[in-house]
Amino acid sequence: MFAYTVRRLLQFIPTIVAITLIIFLLLNVLPGNAALMAGGKNRLPDDVMEKLKERWGLNKPIHVRYLLYMKDLAQGDLGTSFFAREKVSQMLASRLWPTLKLACTALLIACLLGIPLGFYSALRQGTWVDTVTMVGAVSGVSMPQFWLGLLLMFLFSVQFKLLPTFGYGEGAAVNLILPSLTLGVGYMALLARTTRAAVVEILTQDYVRTARAKGLTKIWVNRKHVFRNTLVLLLTSAGLQFGSLIGETVVVETLFSWPGIGSLLVNSIFYRDTPVTQGCILVIIIGFLVINLVVDLLYGVIDPRIKYQ
Amino acid sequence: MKDLLKKLKRRTNLVFGTCIVVMMTATAIFAPFLAPYHPVDDADLLYSEEPPSREFLFGTDSQGRDILSRVIYGARISLSVGLLSQLMNSIIGIVLGLTAGYFGKWWDDLVMGLTNIMLSIPAVIFALAIMALLGPGLMNVFIALGLTNWSYTCRITRSQVLFTRDLNYVKAAQALGYGKIRIMFTQILPNIVGPILVIATLGIAGAILMEAALSFLGLGTQPPTPSWGGMLAKAREQIFTTPWISIFPGLAIFTTVLGLNLLGDGLRDFLDPHTAKKI
Repeated sequence: MFAYTVRRLLQFIPTIVAITLIIFLLLNVLPGNAALMAGGKNRLPDDVMEKLKERWGLNKPIHVRYLLYMKDLAQGDLGTSFFAREKVSQMLASRLWPTLKLACTALLIACLLGIPLGFYSALRQGTWVDTVTMVGAVSGVSMPQFWLGLLLMFLFSVQFKLLPTFGYGEGAAVNLILPSLTLGVGYMALLARTTRAAVVEILTQDYVRTARAKGLTKIWVNRKHVFRNTLVLLLTSAGLQFGSLIGETVVVETLFSWPGIGSLLVNSIFYRDTPVTQGCILVIIIGFLVINLVVDLLYGVIDPRIKYQ
Repeated sequence: MKDLLKKLKRRTNLVFGTCIVVMMTATAIFAPFLAPYHPVDDADLLYSEEPPSREFLFGTDSQGRDILSRVIYGARISLSVGLLSQLMNSIIGIVLGLTAGYFGKWWDDLVMGLTNIMLSIPAVIFALAIMALLGPGLMNVFIALGLTNWSYTCRITRSQVLFTRDLNYVKAAQALGYGKIRIMFTQILPNIVGPILVIATLGIAGAILMEAALSFLGLGTQPPTPSWGGMLAKAREQIFTTPWISIFPGLAIFTTVLGLNLLGDGLRDFLDPHTAKKI
């Protein structure tokens, strides 16, 4: 398992190089964007623009800039923001914790509610509980996250005045409730659907019938035979779909003025602050890759039949 | 007839989904006849931020435009973004998947490598990167979303090609001297159209959600174009004073996406009775 982990980590390197190349090309094929934007609506005088381009290193050909970028990246340097005059790595570091806090809380809500709901409705197929859960789940998947956030904000902050509308509130727990709920609902619905489908599939398996036939109690069968096998199926699709949760963080953070990496990304795109945009995207993708690795490693924990070569 | 009704009753997803999608498509097509006002030109600041009334069923926005009319016209934007960008995704995915599966070798490695990289970038993030390059605007949303979501189609197409490639009817076509391209498109493709269609339906739903999110962030469709997401861009600031502004555009997105998701689920069950029986 250790060797497997190391090899997977080594495989990251070509993937990340390919991703940085794609992202770098995407963000840099139009030279001097930031210099053009720096003056706002008024075009800056040519000599000022030239100076800005020189300071930001935009006057070199693109392949040279990519190599310079990769050289810095290899040393852990993500560059300097065009406008904030701050190291990108520092900006990211200060915003990493709010994002992690938000995403993990949302994930927790989604798992704690979504998996049991899906499990329960699969065991009670065709009853009203099942119908309500599944209608709720397909609605949850179809709901635009930011709209749900707005509705929750209206209900809990404007009408009942129970929770703050938006903002980080110096990390207060009450400020975390609405954003994490907004972010968690979509994923929760997804988990409920996936769990139900997986359980329904497993209930038809021969080993479940055998377990029941040999007189094991229903609870025992569900816990030992059904649940554990569900987790394996669940992990595959839940891990794949985790990317959507990460993507939605961007929207939810912007809606709630949450000082995380997602809102930093959106702002940097507005200002064409390319080094920051690149840094944010890189961090998000690396996070996603790490999660996928963790998912792969979890297979072995849940299902002892899986051996890593 | 009775039989048909009975069958349809078991396919609630398909029926509801089709109804909603047909309704939304009709709204988009007949928008000029349905909308009581013009979505952009009929702005009247004397009537700004009116709550829903008989005259303005959904109320008016901060510039005095009728929200109902804007929601109706917004169906055109959302549906065309969804359809066209998913069409682009499907074409890219099908062509890459077919050729990768059929030709194999280095081309297959290259395509699969690219697909895996795409799968390791969250879709919203990739779309945002393209929008950062192209700048905001409706046309750019088409392009960004059309390049974002082809990897699933590609993977499914490729695996289906690998499966059908050695079946007898493909071998028969080869024996008859059909060219490779002809075999790919006339023999293999028609037999794998089902799963591709399901992915496409769900993909349209995803693209509509993504357009709404991009426009909400201010990076997608720009005002005054009536886009459902764009109408919600300022909603947070207005939530204390004029909450109705944020309700109806969101409801429209939700209904449309729900319809497409139900249709996609229904289609999947319909095309693959194996899973349908169990669910």
